[in-house]
Amino acid sequence: MKIHEYQAKELFQKYGVPIPRGQVAFNVEEAKSAAAELGTLPVVIKAQIHAGGRGKGGGVKLAKTPVEVEEVAQAILGMTLVTHQTGPEGRLVRRVLVEEGLAIEKELYLGMLPDRSSARVTIMVSEAGGMDIEEVAAKTPEKIIKVQVDPLLGFEAFQARQLAYGLNLEPDLVKLFVPMVARLYKLFCEYDCSLVEINPLIITRDRNILALDAKVNFDDNALFRHKDILEYRDHDEEDPAEVEASKYNLNYIKMDGNIGNMVNGAGLAMATMDIIKLAGADPANFLDVGGGASEEMVENGFRIILSDPAVKGVFINIFGGILRCDILAQGVVEAAKKVDVRVPVVIRMEGTNVEKGRKILEASGMNLTVASDLTDAAQKVAAIAKG
Amino acid sequence: MSIWVDQNTRLLVQGITGREGQFHTMQCVAYGTNVVAGVTPGKGGQKVEGIPVFNTVEGAVRETGADCAMIFVPPAFAADAILEAAEAGVPLIVAITEGIPVLDMMKVKTYLKNLPSRLIGPNCPGIITPGQCKVGIMPGPIHKPGPVGVVSRSGTLTYEVVHQLTQQGIGQSTCIGIGGDPVNGTNFIDCLSAFQEDPDTEGIVMVGEIGGSAEEEASEFIAENLTKPVVGFIAGLTAPPGRRMGHAGAIISGSSGTAQAKIEAMRKAGITVVENLGKLGETCKKVF
Repeated sequence: MKIHEYQAKELFQKYGVPIPRGQVAFNVEEAKSAAAELGTLPVVIKAQIHAGGRGKGGGVKLAKTPVEVEEVAQAILGMTLVTHQTGPEGRLVRRVLVEEGLAIEKELYLGMLPDRSSARVTIMVSEAGGMDIEEVAAKTPEKIIKVQVDPLLGFEAFQARQLAYGLNLEPDLVKLFVPMVARLYKLFCEYDCSLVEINPLIITRDRNILALDAKVNFDDNALFRHKDILEYRDHDEEDPAEVEASKYNLNYIKMDGNIGNMVNGAGLAMATMDIIKLAGADPANFLDVGGGASEEMVENGFRIILSDPAVKGVFINIFGGILRCDILAQGVVEAAKKVDVRVPVVIRMEGTNVEKGRKILEASGMNLTVASDLTDAAQKVAAIAKG
Repeated sequence: MSIWVDQNTRLLVQGITGREGQFHTMQCVAYGTNVVAGVTPGKGGQKVEGIPVFNTVEGAVRETGADCAMIFVPPAFAADAILEAAEAGVPLIVAITEGIPVLDMMKVKTYLKNLPSRLIGPNCPGIITPGQCKVGIMPGPIHKPGPVGVVSRSGTLTYEVVHQLTQQGIGQSTCIGIGGDPVNGTNFIDCLSAFQEDPDTEGIVMVGEIGGSAEEEASEFIAENLTKPVVGFIAGLTAPPGRRMGHAGAIISGSSGTAQAKIEAMRKAGITVVENLGKLGETCKKVF
């Protein structure tokens, strides 16, 4: 799960990680009073969306006078911000963060994330702050200093020193940096983060270290123990169909194609999307109804797929294991009674109770094409896409 | 022969009294697996379809000599269940549970390094040696005893692969689902090296997906250590970057973990990579 920068900074503040003074605003009036309350100029007005590259896209601007505050807030609030992470359609800006402007001496980078193969949290820092860290890693890997934290031992003092001296920090700054990283690691563990990233982490001219930016993501699997984080969820940042699907515990991701598909199991769902593509069509979505889907889940999944106006056909691919084919078939039939199935549907089923499932589909009188195997199904789907 | 489970396996089930646990335990029994015990704290002394239930894994192992644990405990308590089985000395632990927090699994994995137990999963369908022993949730009847080992990060996708093999008349020595989570126990390399050493495995099917670099690492291992033929498949060529595709581990981060990079690494290692899943069975027929 992702949250906004200002929300991440609230968490930083809670853990004693220094941030610039600032306040979130949902409209121009709030932005003006936030700036007035800061009592300092210039201020920085930053668009709050769940995507990076906001500065380059024109979503972060300096305001040197009260008049400029109003102008900039007016310009950013309500704009459709396009960055390399939003896709060409961009994202509507509904909130801004108004922050004090600071005199920056140097920009650093700090990131924390779980490393899959070592099963440890990797903490990395770099003197090349404010840049795309993937690019830094690719072109100048020596500029990145990494430590890996043993999950049973925790973050050790020597590792903090390794990072601090790796950044060539002077003694007064080392003293500020070391406890700050320890607090960030504590935040990372206590909130089951999947990413904590500060880019840039700044050294100010008055010799302070602050998180000028803040990106915090959470492990979806651990949200059950962080009810307070769920309050941070911003549905405006998500696709409405995805929000709807999540209500029914369905794993749905909207894509750009026109062949809807419903599959049980994530791996088979991805493979099914690939099959659609190989057949010369494009998948309209990813939908994993899960291993133990109920009739109701199948019904809702089918309805959500059909709610996408781009969908010209639907491919249902089920390998019955825990989810029995007769349950799937019943769900599809029930859904078809409630929603207008305006497009052709190809079903391919295999596995547990496949005969029962086929009988249910045949008896339903629905306009379905039953495919004998994957290759056959792919051809039938391709024909729909072309027709 | 086979790897890790066979007709001598004595299975205990943690979470046997839950709906899923009970259902799948009985499916394993029906397949012929010797289920000797169940564990549910607070329900010791009860029986599930004749199988004795214990309060602790330690008690179950002492009384029944169980040597394999299958875990159906809910995600919030699953890490604890794995540790309990490992501390009780269970040599093989198969965690079916989906949704365990990553940080929990990091602790478990680090702790297990100092114990002899092997963990398969979590978030996996389990392991089956066709005709002998099923420890997991896979549909038994699609399998057929034979010479091909299957290792996969997925559940239903593995069933699809196994089904195609069986349709082509190709049986399986052992099929293992290593799970779709970013941090898991047994990895591709562990399975590949066990298959290499197993005299009854003549060929291997390796099924990967986007996210992480396990397939790339496995490819290097294959190039250097394997003499048996390997057929590979990678799911997620069309997956968009930055999105978690169902499995917690199936995510392309920036430019790493793409299907293209994995397929390239596998081809370089001499693996026959199938791009169209529908053709996997046929390809195996030619290669094996």
